[in-house]
Amino acid sequence: MFSLGDLYQEVIIDHTKSPRNFGTLDPCNHDAEGFNPLCGDQLHIYVQVDAQNTIEDIKFEGQGCSISTASASLMTQAIKGKSVADFKQLFASFHHMATADLDEKPDEEALGKLAVLAGVKEFPSRIKCATLCWHTLKSALEDAAEPAKTE
Amino acid sequence: MHIEDIRNDFPILDQEIFGHPLVYLDNAATTQKPQCVIDAVRKYYEKDNSNIHRGVHSLSERATRDYEAARETIRHFFNVKSSREVIFTRGTTESINLVASSWGGANVSEGDEILISHMEHHSNIVPWQMLCERTGAKLKVIPMHESGELDMVAYADLLSTRTKLVGIVHMSNALGTINPIKSMIEQAHAVGAKVLVDGAQAAAHIATDIQALDVDFYATSAHKMYGPTGVGVLIAKEELLEAMPPYQGGGDMILMVTFEKTQYNALPHKFEAGTPNIAGVIGFGAALRYIESIGFASIVKREKELLIYATQQAETFTGLRQIGTAKDKACVLSFVLDTVHPHDLGTILDREGVAIRAGHHCAMPVMQFYQVPATARASFSIYNTEQEVDALFAALGKARQMFA
Ligand SMILES: Cc1ncc(COP(=O)(O)O)c(C=O)c1O
Repeated sequence: MFSLGDLYQEVIIDHTKSPRNFGTLDPCNHDAEGFNPLCGDQLHIYVQVDAQNTIEDIKFEGQGCSISTASASLMTQAIKGKSVADFKQLFASFHHMATADLDEKPDEEALGKLAVLAGVKEFPSRIKCATLCWHTLKSALEDAAEPAKTE
Repeated sequence: MHIEDIRNDFPILDQEIFGHPLVYLDNAATTQKPQCVIDAVRKYYEKDNSNIHRGVHSLSERATRDYEAARETIRHFFNVKSSREVIFTRGTTESINLVASSWGGANVSEGDEILISHMEHHSNIVPWQMLCERTGAKLKVIPMHESGELDMVAYADLLSTRTKLVGIVHMSNALGTINPIKSMIEQAHAVGAKVLVDGAQAAAHIATDIQALDVDFYATSAHKMYGPTGVGVLIAKEELLEAMPPYQGGGDMILMVTFEKTQYNALPHKFEAGTPNIAGVIGFGAALRYIESIGFASIVKREKELLIYATQQAETFTGLRQIGTAKDKACVLSFVLDTVHPHDLGTILDREGVAIRAGHHCAMPVMQFYQVPATARASFSIYNTEQEVDALFAALGKARQMFA
């Protein structure tokens, strides 16, 4: 049986209580909103991307549960300074981790600190909380017209 | 009323979740089903399954008889004048859409107003918004107080001869507030407006007398009354239904079809196109007979005790803010904790076997009013116990500990 501790690891509680890169970004050249209608999570992500396609700076704000807040906080840390191509790869790895078979170990080499969120796959109703910020950042980078959803 | 006997009527309650006894406190979303309802649905499929109103063989006659007997049970339960006024639907949502589409399409036009309250479920907001978009009518909203009670002074001011319909929830699923629908209906009628009452949340917990209330349209769902999902009822005054165009066309709702013209069937069949949820309707009837066997006097008394017990604990729980503190309320304890998001509470409590709802409860304007993204909601029913309330608060204590 999975324990709550798999989901609510100390790192996650810490990022919930003091989210990193929280706030608005000015100037920023991309931003997007994301909603999770199931639980009312609402995120706004701001990014500044330079001419070389490097994500120079990234911030987020909004209201959400601890999983969505911690996930966004960890994501901004992992993404800052990376290229847009790196983001795409990391999103794929993260998405795989969150939806993988229960006995599959997360690829800690690719994911680094983000691996603490691997526990969500044991809690099907919470997977979207963890992936919302990634979908939202993707929308921001693509300048999507619609707010991001997790569907 | 013996709580142990009642609990024994609900087979689902006897199970463990993650090693803890199931504590089911999500009754506002849907109630559990007693054995008699399960048996009625099962008997239909095992013994009587066939289509209704169209067979001369024995099975069809039995199925038709039981389906129509359920209609009579529902008529009696809500004290409706005639079974022609009892229309089976997929549930509250479809009942409201039926009225908005059929009655609204025929009676609402530009410059008219539809008045709803701030605490409506999305199913009593969106169909009216859609109608207003189609017709150019205006949607107006009765405001509410911090306690979660409607502002009756504002209501009186908002009513006018432009008001075509008032859509009002009998009991709020997000707050537990019981609205004074009798006087609201009288006031609406005084300006010539029709009233639709959303009874989804109230119907299992408060006796509802359609004739005494003089309701024009009443919608509710079986699944919140210990009955099956996907079935409900629209109760409406016969003269209104007679004048309304059909909602959907198809089998059962016709008398005579040629390619030139179709003659519609009599009430209530005019509004029941296609093969209905026959097993669901039969189960619905069984559910109402079950409620009648307990009686609303006992139900109201018991559920009140339980809410008072839970509210007392809520008031002394550090960091808990109750959402919805109306004087007249039932069965719902909606709240937020200062340190734990409702969605996390939902997950943590589940691991203790306690099932609650976390979210906006399909009432986003209520969340906006209280400026919270979501609430946690424990909702009670006849089979819940004081020990279960204790389990809820013990689990909340654990959750608070985790985020301390
Ligand atoms: C007050 C209220 N109205 C309407 C509904 C919609 O009922 P249904 O989903 O059965 O159509 C609900 C159910 O959540 C409700 O609580």
